[in-house]
Amino acid sequence: MSATAVVQATYVVAGVLFILSLAGLSRQETARRGNVLGMIGMALALAATVGLALEQSARPWQVTAALILLVLVVGATVGTWRAKNVEMTQMPELIALLHSFVGVAAVLVGFGSYLSEPHSDTVHLVEVFLGVFIGAITFTGSVVAYLKLAARIRSAPLMLPARNVLNLGAVVASAVLLAWYLAVAGGPAGADSGLVPLALMTLIALALGWHLVASIGGGDMPVVVSMLNSYSGWAAAAAGFMLGNNLLIITGALVGSSGAILSYIMCRAMNRSFVSVILGGFGAEGGMVAVGGEAGEHRETFAAEVAELLTNASSVIVVPGYGMAVAKAQYPVADLAEKLRGRGVRVRFGVHPVAGRLPGHMNVLLAEAKVPYDIVLGMDEINGDFATTDVVLVIGANDTVNPAAQEDPRSPIAGMPVLEVWKAHDVVVFKRSMATGYAGVQNPLFFRENTAMLFGDAKDQVERIIQAL
Amino acid sequence: MQIGVPHESRAGERLVAATPATVRRLRELGYDVVVEAGAGERAHFPTREYVEAGASVAEREAVWASDVVTAVNPPSHDEVELLRPGATLVAQLSPATHPERVTLLAERHVTAFALDAVPRISRAQALDVLSALSNVAGYRAVIEAADEFGGMFAGQVTAAGTTPPAKVFVIGAGVAGLAAIGTASSLGAQVRAFDVRPEVGEQIESMGAAFVQAAGATQEVSADGYARALTEDQEAATRRTYAVETAGADIVITTALVRGTAPTTITAEMVAAMRPGSVIVDLAASGGGNCELTVPGERVVSPGGVIILGYTDLPGRMPQHTSQLVGTNVVNLLTLMTPAKDGRLVVDLDDVVVRGMTVAKDGEVLWPPPPVQVSVAPPPPPPEEPAAAPGPSPAEAAAERERRTRRRTVLAALGAALAGLAIASSPPHVTGHFTVFALAVVVGFYVISAVTHALHTPLMAQTNAISGIILVGALLQIGSASWVVTAVAVVAATVASINVFGGFLVANRMIRMFRRDTPRESTGVTT
Repeated sequence: MSATAVVQATYVVAGVLFILSLAGLSRQETARRGNVLGMIGMALALAATVGLALEQSARPWQVTAALILLVLVVGATVGTWRAKNVEMTQMPELIALLHSFVGVAAVLVGFGSYLSEPHSDTVHLVEVFLGVFIGAITFTGSVVAYLKLAARIRSAPLMLPARNVLNLGAVVASAVLLAWYLAVAGGPAGADSGLVPLALMTLIALALGWHLVASIGGGDMPVVVSMLNSYSGWAAAAAGFMLGNNLLIITGALVGSSGAILSYIMCRAMNRSFVSVILGGFGAEGGMVAVGGEAGEHRETFAAEVAELLTNASSVIVVPGYGMAVAKAQYPVADLAEKLRGRGVRVRFGVHPVAGRLPGHMNVLLAEAKVPYDIVLGMDEINGDFATTDVVLVIGANDTVNPAAQEDPRSPIAGMPVLEVWKAHDVVVFKRSMATGYAGVQNPLFFRENTAMLFGDAKDQVERIIQAL
Repeated sequence: MQIGVPHESRAGERLVAATPATVRRLRELGYDVVVEAGAGERAHFPTREYVEAGASVAEREAVWASDVVTAVNPPSHDEVELLRPGATLVAQLSPATHPERVTLLAERHVTAFALDAVPRISRAQALDVLSALSNVAGYRAVIEAADEFGGMFAGQVTAAGTTPPAKVFVIGAGVAGLAAIGTASSLGAQVRAFDVRPEVGEQIESMGAAFVQAAGATQEVSADGYARALTEDQEAATRRTYAVETAGADIVITTALVRGTAPTTITAEMVAAMRPGSVIVDLAASGGGNCELTVPGERVVSPGGVIILGYTDLPGRMPQHTSQLVGTNVVNLLTLMTPAKDGRLVVDLDDVVVRGMTVAKDGEVLWPPPPVQVSVAPPPPPPEEPAAAPGPSPAEAAAERERRTRRRTVLAALGAALAGLAIASSPPHVTGHFTVFALAVVVGFYVISAVTHALHTPLMAQTNAISGIILVGALLQIGSASWVVTAVAVVAATVASINVFGGFLVANRMIRMFRRDTPRESTGVTT
């Protein structure tokens, strides 16, 4: 039994553990086990890999061991520090940043693989080329997504003229470079000549990744982040192909399909096609005219009145949106829910699939504020209950509660599934102003007779309501 | 500016236009408030409480001489004399039925706002006194009827026998009618209700009554939201319905008021057909009454023993809550007209709500206001689609779908063939990799589809950590003979390991936050 065989066996075990880990994440009850299984799988895979690396080391093994140790210590320190200190509202940024790490690692591994075996067969060369291509797109795409989510750059889509032609041109240019690269790298000239087209393609792919995400608006970021999640998986899978490593292939494929499914779910929740999101241009801030413009009279209310309304209610549904995350209002909201529940009011939360800037973002924020997850329900679970609900508190959500999606076929968001809050007896909308939502669409909900607007910072207002109760 | 709250001079009136609670809100708007001594006594608001809320107390003359005077009822002739020229009056003024009062106010150069002339648009609901009073009146009408009625509202099954529930018939499902329906059905009565507008049927049923319709009699809502008078045909049909329904009812509550005047709904004949001991409450008594036998303000008994209540002070019989509601209407009106919250009244006649309520200003009579379009009125239909571009017919759509499906199948087959060709032409070890890859994608699809939406964020962190597995590739390259490769691999391994550690830990942190609601009984002994 050779060392390689042992390592391969370990990889199989690790691959199975990863699958079980993701399966465990399907429910809250088993999620912790899933997390731990993933860690075990990773530890096994790494231990086996370190052993193999030491055995195959072309240098004295002590040098390699020292380098590996150094790498792991640095990685563990930085990774742990980031994980401990990140705020839950900043989770989208962190995840986007982590995606970019996978991308850059894929690029570097690709180059490393090419440099260590420059005279390999065509298949391997193609694998390297593809791995670097996907990795580079993932890298810059994630960096842009990170910058947009962290508000370091404007989240409005970059609208270059003929942007689709630009993207297509980049892909065609990469294909041409692939042909050049295969012609020279396979030939006698050797590694250095192949590096030129490979490096050129890398630059083009970096630019492509940057442009792809730059042209997508801030509100589509949930889709973008899950799409990049998918890319980072495909990048790992491509690296697996070039290194002939099944564990990388399995893992990459798992992650790749995971991200793809998440993007698909997001797109369906917005009633938009994946292609239309990826091609970008939607959600220009202020760029869209409020179609229909059915402005009307809205009714303003105050914290004290809302408190009174809640006192008399027997069932309440809270619908949070990105605005709650921005105002960091999840703690007072959780407090309010706890108080009302203490009085015997039936309080639940209704979360739209695309609320927030990351799939499941609202759930994490509410969990952070210690809202029990069994009163946090998804759109399909709660939509039937609005009609029998006394009060709905819409906190920082807008497009996801817009009745125009169902009633106005001319609306840009027509057909998007929405939370039917307007069916409740009373609706209170927490909002900073009468501005339109991300989609730039006027919301007729605000002008309904059973809707009252509570203007101001959501956190302050919720705290005031708690005081008044 | 100073707001005066006088003692209502109308005989028997128990309401007051401001309560200690609303005085506080008026003070927040920047106004000084002067209350006539004892103004709130009959509504059980002692003068002391007004003082605690920040009001001062003054005599009648001083109160009426305030910059703004707010009252529930129209001022008497004497009281108009007490108003200063240029002062503002906020009260119910019934400008439609009492134009002479408006003229008088205009002559005194008083700016007058009629609380009972609020345009019926959503925004103005918060200041609609008629709505508030009607609601109370509807409630009280049922209470009065219950008092007079010789039986119980709810049906009873007892050892001593069974009594049927009272049968209540409500005419008109406006605010008052709906309130009456709700009150009567919550007392246990069987409620039937009639309205000429078919669209309110849903509201009637939602309050717990059966909706009675007269065949062929429908009424349209005029553009400004009030009911319109009926045509003759409609009248005849509705009268037949009334006759049938009243004869079978123990209690009839009639609420039909069209712009302050009361059409006759119940004729003397119909009353004669009712059982002795039945009760009619006429909420339209102030406009002369819906019932021919009604005497406004009085309780009368018909020759057949039917009791007809024509009380006009039903809201005043519950002065505490009614005053609070009216007071809040007044506050909402003044909030609208005090945009800066600095105690200075700004009359913006471009605002349809303000314009609708202003009956006199600067010596001019401004009643009636120009008609207001109600926001609930249906919007004009969108322009017709040009006939040249009709939507695809169902057959065409189906054909289109089929074409698309066929195209997709062809594309998929083509892709599969290409992929198969590529795999077949590659070396054997790569083929094995493709197998693994394809199986992993399928497994991934099924595993991930099962993940609940709530856990998508932890899922992403977890998959992120797992995709840090690329670390494996980087680690293997560190031992390379070439220092360039080693350097590249070290960088790659470092970022990938950040990913592995960061991703797992942050996923762990999030997952630990998710907690189930602990069942209350299992939380143990509370101290």
